[in-house]
Amino acid sequence: MERRRAEKHLAVRKWKNRVAAGAFFLATSVGIAALAVLIGAILRDGLPYLTWDFLTNVPSRIPEKAGIRSALFGSLWLMVLTAPVAFVLGVATAIYLEEYAKPGRLTRLIQTNIHNLAGVPSIVFGILGLTLFVRGIGLGRSVLAGALTMALLVLPIIVVAAQEALRAVPSSLRHASYALGATRWQTIRRVVLPAALPSILTGTILAMSRAIGETAPLIMIGALTFVAFVPTSPLDAFTVLPIQIFNWVSRPQEAFHHLAAAGIIVLLVVLLSMNLTAVLLRNKFQKRY
Amino acid sequence: MAIIEVRDLNLYYGEHHALKGISMDIEARSITALIGPSGCGKSTFLRTLNRMNDMIKGVRIEGTVRIGGDDIYADDVDVELLRKRVGMVFQQPNPFPKSIYDNVAFGPRIHGVNDKRELDEIVERSLRQAALWDEVKDVLKKPALSLSGGQQQRLCIARALAVEPDILLMDEPTSALDPISTAKIEELIQELKKDYTIVIVTHNMQQAARVSDRTAFFLQGELVEYGDTVELFHNPRDKRTEDYITGRFG
Repeated sequence: MERRRAEKHLAVRKWKNRVAAGAFFLATSVGIAALAVLIGAILRDGLPYLTWDFLTNVPSRIPEKAGIRSALFGSLWLMVLTAPVAFVLGVATAIYLEEYAKPGRLTRLIQTNIHNLAGVPSIVFGILGLTLFVRGIGLGRSVLAGALTMALLVLPIIVVAAQEALRAVPSSLRHASYALGATRWQTIRRVVLPAALPSILTGTILAMSRAIGETAPLIMIGALTFVAFVPTSPLDAFTVLPIQIFNWVSRPQEAFHHLAAAGIIVLLVVLLSMNLTAVLLRNKFQKRY
Repeated sequence: MAIIEVRDLNLYYGEHHALKGISMDIEARSITALIGPSGCGKSTFLRTLNRMNDMIKGVRIEGTVRIGGDDIYADDVDVELLRKRVGMVFQQPNPFPKSIYDNVAFGPRIHGVNDKRELDEIVERSLRQAALWDEVKDVLKKPALSLSGGQQQRLCIARALAVEPDILLMDEPTSALDPISTAKIEELIQELKKDYTIVIVTHNMQQAARVSDRTAFFLQGELVEYGDTVELFHNPRDKRTEDYITGRFG
């Protein structure tokens, strides 16, 4: 190729290169800008209302006296009850599928179903919870019924995360353990689980941050939208942050909308700090073998 | 008396006939080297001696393997106890992501030793046997993965020794190491011979010639020749052995 043609071609190539870079940057900007506008609007509306009283007061008909104490504690109660149930069931299921189950049609069927469950709309889990926990075993509209429903909802996420974590443990470590005369359970308990735990915890925290933002299934099982007390036992009625926010947004008075924005800030802070914990945990334990 | 007696051992991976009619006696407190080109069955053979092949799907084994007179493939054999008797060191150093101390104490612990003082003694004795004690005695709580590759491999040897096996199987233990670490491990193997029976797979013929008392040459699943190492390297009886050790193939 003669030199001039090559030079002309080069200019076109460089131009295309710049266009491509610009197009991809633009695509990214859309998401970032939307997020910035959202956070900006919420902070503008909510920040002035985010006071200590707001955090410590229970809801009220009078906007100046209304707070999110009961919703915040409701969400905490829900997490405290959901996490252990979902963690134990999820990790146990993952251990069974990864370490014990013989590969075959049944295992594949279970595996496929778990993946499908992760995609089931959350309101469906609400119906399940209503039938099974609220009415079936008579837990009523309690925080326990809500927690069990949430546990089922996030179970598939935890199972899949834990399975991946277990699979990532190098087989050389298992072999080392077996070659020393360890049984399968000793190998799982002393080698595989400790090595996989950081990833499992990361997955669990991310699953929990999904649960803390869920609203639909809890409305379905009858979590109340106006709760002026903090639950004192797992069998008490409850509300959670997203429901409280929803309740405020649907009121006509302007002041409640500001309260909703303040509530969203609280929810976001809780969510982001959970995700941050997950990231820190992952970074701390990355590349240990 | 032979501590390991193998008779007419056949092993199949599904359709593939990986070990063909192996018969072999291995003396106690000796070093036996298994040599041969890749895929000849030497590692597979090694793993029949502590039943690590059991974990691979579709493996079928015929024939008998007796260790100390006991058929290790008999129905009533406890695999965990067998592996306590027949330790193993792998090709890649594979310490657990735990402290140096916990790596060595792992074996005794799973076999029920919980007394702190007893564990301390076992850890020190095993690390001394593996010629690692002086290098790590002040950093026992440090992660095993902070050690160098050669140190990690000696740690793995110490870990295997901690359960007091009779036999130590080594699957190319130096192939991932530098020459200096390799020399250290070879020296160590000579030392361990006083108390243990060692079977070592190696790709390195000089290594086999340097460290072993007897050498077995495997080719395509067959035991071609087995005998005194000096004899085998200087006067191979089989043409194929000669071709291999003179570097004509493999």
